[in-house]
Amino acid sequence: MATKKRLQRIGVNVLAWTLSLLLIMPLVLILINSFKTSQEAAQMSLRLPSVLQLENFKTVIERGKLGVTFLNSLTYSVFSVLLCTLTSAMAAFVLSRNRSKANKIVYFLIVLGMAMPINFIALMKVMQTLDIINKRIGIILLYAAIQTPFNVFLIYSFVGKIPKDIDEAAIIDGCSPLQLFFSIIVPLIKPVLVTVMVLTFLNTWNEYILPLYFLGSSDKWPMTLAVYNFFGMYYRDWNLVCADIVLTSLPVIIVYLLGQKYIVSGMTAGAVKG
Amino acid sequence: MTKNRHYPTYFLFGTLLLYVVLYLLPGILGIGYSFTDWTAYSDQVHFLGYDHMFDNYVKAFSDAKYFGYLGNTLLFTFVTTIVKNGVGLALAVLLTKQVKLLNFHRAVLYIPAVLSALIVGMIFKSILNPAQGLLNSTLKIFGIKGLKWLTDPKIAFWSVMGVDIWKGMGYIMTIFIAGILSISPTYYEAAQIDGASGWQQFRAITLPMLAPTMTVTTVLNVIYGLRVFDMVYALTNGGPGFATEVLYTGIYKEFGFGRYAMGTTLSSIMFVFMALIGFFLIRAMNRNEVEE
Repeated sequence: MATKKRLQRIGVNVLAWTLSLLLIMPLVLILINSFKTSQEAAQMSLRLPSVLQLENFKTVIERGKLGVTFLNSLTYSVFSVLLCTLTSAMAAFVLSRNRSKANKIVYFLIVLGMAMPINFIALMKVMQTLDIINKRIGIILLYAAIQTPFNVFLIYSFVGKIPKDIDEAAIIDGCSPLQLFFSIIVPLIKPVLVTVMVLTFLNTWNEYILPLYFLGSSDKWPMTLAVYNFFGMYYRDWNLVCADIVLTSLPVIIVYLLGQKYIVSGMTAGAVKG
Repeated sequence: MTKNRHYPTYFLFGTLLLYVVLYLLPGILGIGYSFTDWTAYSDQVHFLGYDHMFDNYVKAFSDAKYFGYLGNTLLFTFVTTIVKNGVGLALAVLLTKQVKLLNFHRAVLYIPAVLSALIVGMIFKSILNPAQGLLNSTLKIFGIKGLKWLTDPKIAFWSVMGVDIWKGMGYIMTIFIAGILSISPTYYEAAQIDGASGWQQFRAITLPMLAPTMTVTTVLNVIYGLRVFDMVYALTNGGPGFATEVLYTGIYKEFGFGRYAMGTTLSSIMFVFMALIGFFLIRAMNRNEVEE
């Protein structure tokens, strides 16, 4: 019995390692090849490079205009995170606290957006009319808009867990609604706000459909779209493409590793009771 | 109303402005435009007339090309939902057992989910390359002749689905892990005292207790599948021919050709479809909240 259990335990460990290695293999492949010469990388294999070609990264940063596109991505991500977190938190707070009939309908309509498709073509018309097409501000507003439903949903359920007595005490002490929200509620819902910020950041960083539709000029492109364009031009130099992929993915991997706890809690919220 | 005084409606303005103008309005406008002849080549947009107002819809369902988009989208949704649920659940069961470095494995399996689909697409374009790709050269070592994964019309769509499953299963696994961890261990203890085998415990405890979680993962997968764009665009861009074209990539092509009315019609078909599914999503999620 004991040996059977031990064998079983070894079995599951071996299985876990096999799966992990299988899943991580494509990423290791990219990392290894980003340090090779063009000839070595032509055969995309897991063989280690003979000499580490660190200049690949320098070449990519220059030719792929990674500096500009990095700043673009950063601008879009940071501003849409700030805007969307602020508006979603304020809305979710009121919708959760004051469950009047009208507010219930508003909440339902917003949350329904989690499943709704975006009509990009009609959206183009709206953006033309508002004169925000092909502009940075337009993309930032769009990223904030499309992530509103999920963010409101997450914050709403979190606010529901904060006892209302806290509000009442603050109101008796003479807090205005804004004071109540910013100095009492925000500190209490900080965990969910961090989750929302991390997820919004990652989604914005990874997304490329909106720029594809609405940013014609390449000087406004985010990193993801630029790396795809780079791939189109340098598809013979896989070493450079790999280096570009590594640099573009690095920010998300770092944010993921730092914010893993918050990401998992956000991703699983609503899916699992408790 | 004191409630309105302490929880004022102007807190909603920012969200409503963003959401209504940039999300809801295009969806509704789009339905209106689907009854017109809107193209990129004319400044004027004409209503199709009461006799012909559904012409774009008739075309969407009768033209073999557009019907193919619809069929592919449904096939994609069906296959990826089932496989991601199955594999995700299996991985979750494995990674809630006595495995060493549990958190390491969980983190690794989740990593593909945080990468951009565009980047995953590029990585797999290399791996699935018939001549130099890692997959075919590995198969060659074992004496197996590799396939033209992304250029053979018969298998290209299956390759796309495979890559999508590779990217998405870690996310589903993570949700299942949370679901399994929320099951009270006393059930398993009682079952072990009764001498139930691992498989029996899975069948009689884990599976039924995970039913609400499974509902949610299914809805998430379905919503994702119907709206898929990134992965298809990055891997094949709908090709070869229209073999891997799904609704969203089809809409993008219509946009590129300037056939705006047709594109917005395809979008509107999805809009109605997804509104129904969204209704079930919210119901499923609300049920979980009530049970808290």
